[in-house]
Amino acid sequence: MTKLKEETKDNRAGIYAGTYGGQYIPETLMTELEKVDKAFHTLKDDPDFKAELHDLLVNYANRPSLLYYAKNMTEDLGGAKIYLKREDLNHTGAHKINNVIGQALLAKHLGKKRLIAETGAGQHGVATATIAALFGMECEIFMGKEDTDRQKLNVYRMELLGAKVHPVTTGSMVLKDAINAALQEWATRSEDTFYVMGSAVGPYPFPEMVKHFQSVISKESKVQLKAKENTLPDMVVACVGGGSNAIGSFADYIDDPSVKLVGVEAAGKGVNTDKTAATIERGSVGIFHGMKSLFLQNDDGQINPVYSISAGLDYPGVGPEHAALAKEGRAQYVGITDDESVQAFEYIAKEEGIVAAIESCHAIAYVEKVAPTMTKDQIIVCTLSGRGDKDVASIAKYKGVDIDE
Amino acid sequence: MSNLANIFKNHKAFIPFVVADDPDFDTTVANIVALAEGGADIVEVGIPFSDPIADGPVIQSADLRAFAAGVRTKTVFEIVEAARKQTDVPIVFLTYLNIVFKYGYEAFCKKCHELAISGLVIPDMPYESKAEIMPAANKYGIDIIPLITPTSGHRIEKIAKDASGFIYVVSSLGITGERNEFFNGLKDLVAEIKQYTDVPTAIGFGVHTPEQAKEMATIADGVIIGSAIVDIVDKQKQNAPEAVEKFTKSIRSAINESNTRKATV
Repeated sequence: MTKLKEETKDNRAGIYAGTYGGQYIPETLMTELEKVDKAFHTLKDDPDFKAELHDLLVNYANRPSLLYYAKNMTEDLGGAKIYLKREDLNHTGAHKINNVIGQALLAKHLGKKRLIAETGAGQHGVATATIAALFGMECEIFMGKEDTDRQKLNVYRMELLGAKVHPVTTGSMVLKDAINAALQEWATRSEDTFYVMGSAVGPYPFPEMVKHFQSVISKESKVQLKAKENTLPDMVVACVGGGSNAIGSFADYIDDPSVKLVGVEAAGKGVNTDKTAATIERGSVGIFHGMKSLFLQNDDGQINPVYSISAGLDYPGVGPEHAALAKEGRAQYVGITDDESVQAFEYIAKEEGIVAAIESCHAIAYVEKVAPTMTKDQIIVCTLSGRGDKDVASIAKYKGVDIDE
Repeated sequence: MSNLANIFKNHKAFIPFVVADDPDFDTTVANIVALAEGGADIVEVGIPFSDPIADGPVIQSADLRAFAAGVRTKTVFEIVEAARKQTDVPIVFLTYLNIVFKYGYEAFCKKCHELAISGLVIPDMPYESKAEIMPAANKYGIDIIPLITPTSGHRIEKIAKDASGFIYVVSSLGITGERNEFFNGLKDLVAEIKQYTDVPTAIGFGVHTPEQAKEMATIADGVIIGSAIVDIVDKQKQNAPEAVEKFTKSIRSAINESNTRKATV
């Protein structure tokens, strides 16, 4: 049906072509999408491009990120050995920079002078604004009004970096609406503009491209764990909104059947309530934001408003490869509520001295549940996708603590 | 295949657009009838979508008013059914693919056939992605109306050669909404399309005055007007049908002038 199947037979991403993925986007953007596709497939294995990417990842973004043995958590939970893949230690404080460097390099090769991006929690917007500053490009970020309100610090960071932030006031004013607005902007002005998609969503080739640039997470963790433990992990855990850090955390283990892959979705007030963002558990197949995948929607196909305490996870869809991994049973997806994630936010701070992003704390909360059920010779690698400085004020508010911002 | 292409044979076509259930059921039915009475050749009925990524603020707001009225996909079918008692004007639906996908391609096209719907305009279904709906569309004689834009470039040939009904030529980049300037290569764009197909062309996106309609009608075989009519519906609410008919007549006569001019050239 789609190009995915024809061109990427040897790629895991190709498997979902028949069921998930595809290109469902206005004609105005198709020629541009073809250019991006061609540039990506030409450059991704080009030695010069790879060298340029590697240099930026190492010398600018601070890679490789640490694989940290969480001794206190391991002892406290009394089960599996817990390793944390510290994406929070990257420059800009999250995994988002890995993908942004890759896509911005593509943009540069395509001769683009301007980067646009959507952002939820603001991490992707900050990463995009950062690289735009480094490359001397213009930058405009689209962010739901709801999110600009709850992530004021990141809005200021983006502006500090020279980006213009557009608060999006349509729809439910969150991440999905920011993607709508960014797509509309791209349709209006694509000549000099590259849309840096932040998650493993959207029309082909974006999901594959984001996976490619984020797979550095699992490539590193595999080598690092081999050096420390001389084995593969038993389980890899990562939080899933659109699914970029999760697909990057899973990528190099997908063909290792002994490694259990767990994606943690934001259940909001509970998977069985209306205030949730647990797409894989509650969604159905649909077509939106350029892709066929799973979405939270009503019987008519209208996209539902979604909810999570985390601005980075409240998205009504999920990347097509996650939908496929769930369908095949290769990965398992679970929900963690607001309350559980806030508890994990406090837990990891006190146990390990790490203030982790509320998104990542969804994964940590699952680790707290599952580690005690595993044996001491088993190993979990959990991706800490970002740092939590941005969340401190809103978590304090959630807990009813009055702090002076 | 429907009869849509025949409509363009003898004169330039006017194709106005309304959003179903904006602001309510009865007004939409009356608006469809008013458009037909005012001289529309084809009426485009929008089925509201929660996230209309090709639409500007005017149509987004109309979708929200329709949702406030409680619109469902079945409501839209009922509106057309009611309108069909008063007019046999050709109708096409404009909606986003998820609405059709969720209803089921087969069931949706069957329903369209029953309601004498001639075609579907689906802005988020490019050429590459239409294969999945085509068997049902062909079975029930529903035209899938493609869009060609100023950025289509090398894609024009394959889209045009495979088109049926009419070709929706997008006047400018971006989203729907009133404009005062259009892509300045529209003539060349339409000329290029004509190299590959006899399927008629209609220009839409941004057209909102009789003068613009006249100008576009000299370039293409038809003119599509959306946001300007939706704007009238927003301002006039339940009184819209009268104003909609008056506006339609003004556009109709402007387009007819271009016909006359063409005949005398």
